Amino acid sequence: MTGISTTQTSPDNAQAGAPNAVPNSVPALDFQVVPLKGLPVVAVILTGLVVAIAANKLWPLVFLHVAFGAAWTIIDLFMGFVIGPIMGKLPPPARIQVAIRLMPKMLLIMPTVVTVTLAAGWQLGTLMGTVDSSYYNHAWIVASYIVVGFMAVIALGLLSPANVAVLMELRKPKPNPQVIQSLMRRFIFAAGFTGTLQIAILVIMTRIRVG
Amino acid sequence: MTERTLPPVTQLGMASLALIVAGGIYLASYLPRQVPLMPAVVLLAASTVLLIVNLLLLGRVRDFAWTRFVAVGKWALLAYTVTAGLIEFAFLRDGMSGAPLIVLTLSIVVYAVHVPVLIAFTVARYD
Repeated sequence: MTGISTTQTSPDNAQAGAPNAVPNSVPALDFQVVPLKGLPVVAVILTGLVVAIAANKLWPLVFLHVAFGAAWTIIDLFMGFVIGPIMGKLPPPARIQVAIRLMPKMLLIMPTVVTVTLAAGWQLGTLMGTVDSSYYNHAWIVASYIVVGFMAVIALGLLSPANVAVLMELRKPKPNPQVIQSLMRRFIFAAGFTGTLQIAILVIMTRIRVG
Repeated sequence: MTERTLPPVTQLGMASLALIVAGGIYLASYLPRQVPLMPAVVLLAASTVLLIVNLLLLGRVRDFAWTRFVAVGKWALLAYTVTAGLIEFAFLRDGMSGAPLIVLTLSIVVYAVHVPVLIAFTVARYD
């Protein structure tokens, strides 16, 4: 990413001070869609996941499931209820500046966090017997599958494609501000929806823990 | 924004993903008991049909940004193949075998193909 400042707007989008105004043009920006520096970190985390599953020991699986599950929940809630509404109210040039710094990182963080949480959680459930249909809290476990299923479909079908598409649009020589606006709206809606579902996950997980 | 007439790739893709998720939940909710596989097979078949229909509809679009579609799709396919491999590894580690393993493996294949298609389509449609 080269030094991009919020002053890097063209005269055409002078009206962009109004939060939801669509500027007539957006300057082309130079940044990495996938932050390459983050890939080794992802590789280390995924290797740790494979080792934990292969070892099938309680503590590494609990650590990965709880730590990454907490991160997933908090990021979704924060994106859906704090960052999303703030971005929705920002003038488009400022929103773009936030997007080119935030969204590439999200492209690496979210799939990693979700994969580790689910894979470690499944292995943990197998080890502890909580995924067995004979488990006394089985109905809550199935409820968690259903909520995670909804979140997965929204995240995979709407959130990730919008995330990648808005970044690719911003890298074009002449990005289309209306395309960016439309994709950002979709991203914020999907983040809000998954954030709401994360409240259900918090209820379910605490119910399972209490018994 | 230039509006183009494009097939409902995102809608079909999400429906396809929802079907395999439903099949996975059905199988997982009965573990370790043996359950009739037919509902999961039907859901997987319907999901696969939607994937094929999606690809056929997309293949018929004229003046589509195929270069961009392939450029994005190949990297997305690599990323989702890695995550699919991790999920499959967890199933194998748990000693899953036989028909349930086949159904879940094919479901993972649909996931690993359809998600990159959705990502590549969403990028290429605005090119």
